[in-house]
Amino acid sequence: MADRMLLAGAATGTALVLDEPLSMWGGLDPETGEIIDRRHPQSGVLATGRVLVMPSGRGSSSSSSVLAEAIRLGTAPVAVVLAEPDDIVLLGALVAEELYGITCPVVVAEPSTYSRLHTGLQVSITLTGIEIRS
Amino acid sequence: MTLVLTKRDRAMASGAHGDAAATAMRILTRIAEADGAARLIDVTSAHIDSCLYHGEAGLDFAERLADAGGRVVVPTTLNVASLDLLHPHLVHADERLVDRGRRLMAAYVAMGGTPTWTCAPYQSAHRPGLGEHVAWAESNAIVFANSVLGARTNRYGDFIDICAALTGRVPESGLHLDEHRRARVVFRLVAIPESLATAEVLYPVLGHLIGRAAGTRVPAIVGLAPDAPEDGLKALGAAAASSGGVAMFHAVGRTPEAPTLQAALGGRAAERTIDVDLGVLRAARDELTTDADGPLSAVSVGTPHFSVAEFRTLAALIEGHTVAPGIEFYVNTSREVLAEAAAEGTVHPLRAAGIEVVTDTCTYITPILRHTTGVVMTNSGKWAWYAPSNLGVAVAFGSLEDCVLSATTGRITRDEAVWGG
Repeated sequence: MADRMLLAGAATGTALVLDEPLSMWGGLDPETGEIIDRRHPQSGVLATGRVLVMPSGRGSSSSSSVLAEAIRLGTAPVAVVLAEPDDIVLLGALVAEELYGITCPVVVAEPSTYSRLHTGLQVSITLTGIEIRS
Repeated sequence: MTLVLTKRDRAMASGAHGDAAATAMRILTRIAEADGAARLIDVTSAHIDSCLYHGEAGLDFAERLADAGGRVVVPTTLNVASLDLLHPHLVHADERLVDRGRRLMAAYVAMGGTPTWTCAPYQSAHRPGLGEHVAWAESNAIVFANSVLGARTNRYGDFIDICAALTGRVPESGLHLDEHRRARVVFRLVAIPESLATAEVLYPVLGHLIGRAAGTRVPAIVGLAPDAPEDGLKALGAAAASSGGVAMFHAVGRTPEAPTLQAALGGRAAERTIDVDLGVLRAARDELTTDADGPLSAVSVGTPHFSVAEFRTLAALIEGHTVAPGIEFYVNTSREVLAEAAAEGTVHPLRAAGIEVVTDTCTYITPILRHTTGVVMTNSGKWAWYAPSNLGVAVAFGSLEDCVLSATTGRITRDEAVWGG
């Protein structure tokens, strides 16, 4: 099995692995890039510039708009890595690419890759998949 | 699975039907590939949720498609927006939000959307039938279409809703397919007293607990009355879609794909069966209340939008009473239902008693409440679930009767007898 590129692109950043799925609507402030869902374990953490890793999407379909808005404002993660496909995350990234030409790659990690991703590791997304650099 | 597009799909993607349809088809194709769909299928209608303003990106997308000449190719209704165009004084939005909200609404109307501005498109005369494929967004509309009407829609939302409307196509995946429509979890009502079993307040509470336990799995409910009212199923679905991610439920003996439990389960075994007794229901009811004692500042009903039947019930309940001084009382509904209820004479008594009617939007997503320091009472599981985080208010959940009694006496009063208390 290989990593599945739902939206292909190149990105490098420090991994931010979420303990739970995040609904971006009500969970991510597009103005600041901060995780603002007070019930979320990573509440208060800045997602800007990180490779955001979470098991799946969650919650309202308005999350697509919030992700697209964060990408427009430059507060978004540089890439999103998931354990399973999620249309809502993908739509937000696809529309931002259509509108602004900014690519936030969306990748479904192969299970063994996913299990090796930890917060703080340097991660690169390439056209073929995920590389853990440190 | 490899996605196979028709000649027409490919022509659309390459611009033969205009730039807007081409953008929409490209996005649909990417989603279909992510879903592992084998093909795209036709839909007979669309319901758009993207007309609610969440930031410039949503507005940029709508205006880009509208400017490119995008036109919907199937009948398309529009969900609640950020403004009440009929009663603009009710919304306390800043100038920027008013401007952006209006532009967003205008873009979707320009593309051919019908300005219904309602989260309950199923309360219109024209609604999809059993087995009909549609592309509906807004979680409560999705669960109603799938469960009560037996129409087939996935959990569509921002961006993909208009892509479906502009092309008339969706990926053949998820709830469009039989395999994903069968129930996985069974909720069995056990020894519920008759007075609660026939009460309107049962439905949002049951929906709330089902959402919490089922997550995104399809539940089957055993023990609801075969004549359970549509407004009850509406409240149940809305609550289950909010507290969980329920996009479809079966009420055995009531909803069209569940004549029997076996049929609802598609002939397979349930992954789990959960007994729901009075104690479980009481706990779920309590979860919907953050403050049952504080001073009452407002009452909000009609989430999802009030029906003509609910106007009748409220008009009868409010007769001979007025809303207590200092208490705000809102009913959220659609223009279409408001006109019908007004023609029946059930709107005037509400206004005479001091109740405000909100159309086009909803009190939990738009700044309408004037006072948010006290407790807001609602009969909606969905409103009770979202308002504390959306608006920062304290909530007391109760029946419609409780809401009216509380509003007219000015303090929170709830009938505990129906809960065996």
